[in-house]
Amino acid sequence: MVGEINVKDVVQTFIQPDGSTLTALDHVNLNVKAGSFVSFIGPSGCGKTTLLRLIAGLTKPASGEITLDGEKIDGPHYERGLVFQNPTLFPWLSIYDNVAFGLKARKIYKDKKQEVSEYLSLVGLENFASSYPHQLSGGMAQRASLARALIGHPKVLLLDEPLGALDAFTRMNMQDELLRIRSEKSMTMIMVTHDVDEALYLSDKIVVMSPRPAKIEDIIDVKMFRPRQRNNPEFLRLRSQILKTLHYAGNEPEQEYVI
Amino acid sequence: MVIKKWLPALASAAAILIQLLIASNGNHPQADADYYLYVSIAGGVIALMCAAASHLHKGFDKIWSFKAPFWTGVIVFFAILDILTEKFCILPAIYFPSPSRIFGAMVSDHALLAKCLGYSARLLLTGFFGGAIVGILTGIAVGFSKAADYWISPIIRILGPIPSTAWIPLVLISFPSAVSASAFLIGLAVWFPTTVMTSSGIKNISNSLFEVSSTLGAGYFYRIFKVGVPSAMPSMFIGLFNGVCSSFITLMTAEMIGAKYGIGWYVNWQKEMMSYSNVYAGLIIIAVLCSLLITLLFKVRDKVLVWQKGVIKW
Repeated sequence: MVGEINVKDVVQTFIQPDGSTLTALDHVNLNVKAGSFVSFIGPSGCGKTTLLRLIAGLTKPASGEITLDGEKIDGPHYERGLVFQNPTLFPWLSIYDNVAFGLKARKIYKDKKQEVSEYLSLVGLENFASSYPHQLSGGMAQRASLARALIGHPKVLLLDEPLGALDAFTRMNMQDELLRIRSEKSMTMIMVTHDVDEALYLSDKIVVMSPRPAKIEDIIDVKMFRPRQRNNPEFLRLRSQILKTLHYAGNEPEQEYVI
Repeated sequence: MVIKKWLPALASAAAILIQLLIASNGNHPQADADYYLYVSIAGGVIALMCAAASHLHKGFDKIWSFKAPFWTGVIVFFAILDILTEKFCILPAIYFPSPSRIFGAMVSDHALLAKCLGYSARLLLTGFFGGAIVGILTGIAVGFSKAADYWISPIIRILGPIPSTAWIPLVLISFPSAVSASAFLIGLAVWFPTTVMTSSGIKNISNSLFEVSSTLGAGYFYRIFKVGVPSAMPSMFIGLFNGVCSSFITLMTAEMIGAKYGIGWYVNWQKEMMSYSNVYAGLIIIAVLCSLLITLLFKVRDKVLVWQKGVIKW
């Protein structure tokens, strides 16, 4: 099994427009086991997207290092696929060519042509190969962008709120879709979300982060069997635990006794 | 509406009848032959054939039904011009020649006009393609490279807004021939809008497209040419379109400064000879040439930007 991510003592700072330094991540340590599904959850400003972008290699940490299977991450690479909240498909390419983009960029398209249709059917878009992105619904576009990332056989798939822009029903379908894809193509998946239910439904491990200073508050192991039920007592217990950690649990209800 | 398809034919028939039935006014100089009559008959025959064809072919019917009112308008325009000039001499005869005399000028001067057209086309195309290619390359450089942006942007900002014809005095002494000087001026007129629109198109590309392509394994140059250039295409075409328009203006001016042949030169020369029928003949040819080029550019754009269909209308 490959795809183990190690985050070692990572600090990330940004210079703000007024010249002051903002600490976006404060000495973060994290181990993501190969083949597991890990979610980063927390309110905005907690550094979860910053951490994901560091793993993707789009930015470099101020100090500390991140490794994939022991190798230091130094810039973006197709073995760490990335899916954004917006599908960010190339609007001038058909869905087929969007999915084939990575193969063509790496000049292996000729040998692996058949994989394009394979991945299109994996996400259920085999009938939309010649459509253009603007002709697709939000959910379909997000599937296409998923296929585009998956075709590079990434060891790690990074998902930055991939389902955030979808309606509730499409969202639940896509959650099952993600799990199905993970069972078909084994890989590590790391997802940023601020939906507690989504994190609980999908993850083996939930990293709860808090803002100012941005740090890891808690790491929760989710040991429920799949397919998970959203009304399972364990599900609800973990849900309130996470909300409590994030201080979103609200006030305790006042005890009332009726005699 | 069936009658709509036959309107151009009917209008042609009316134009022919006007010419045959109304006597010419003696105050308007006569052409050496009834060229307008021949043109009307030819137009009428074509209109009849198109109308007949549209009843047989569905696809053509759609095109013709759309275009028929327009061509009717063109025919009616010439018929009215005919009435105002040759038939009743209402407009001053020197400045407003009859359609017969305009078409006559095209016929009698056809050899010279063809030569002029060739010269103009050569000049325009050299200048346009030179300016467009250099403009796109400059735009890409400015859009992607910080150093190019730093050094070239100020030059664009200072030189760009100056009408390229203002460079005539400088260009005339620095180029070996009038042709190369004119081509350079046209190129300059095309270069500015193309560069500005290309670079602004590139700068407006959302960064996430580049980020996504780098996580898919695309290298630096692959990102420039397969992500940057295609997404800047729409604004590149706006730049090229503006460039075409200013290239026409520059062509006409450039040909008036010591060119030996060319449509602009021809029009200017004939104006000085007070031979207005030839001036109009030249103008019609310019109009046709320009609109052909613009149509061609639009066709290329529709082909290249097929992915925009349904996103943007312009």
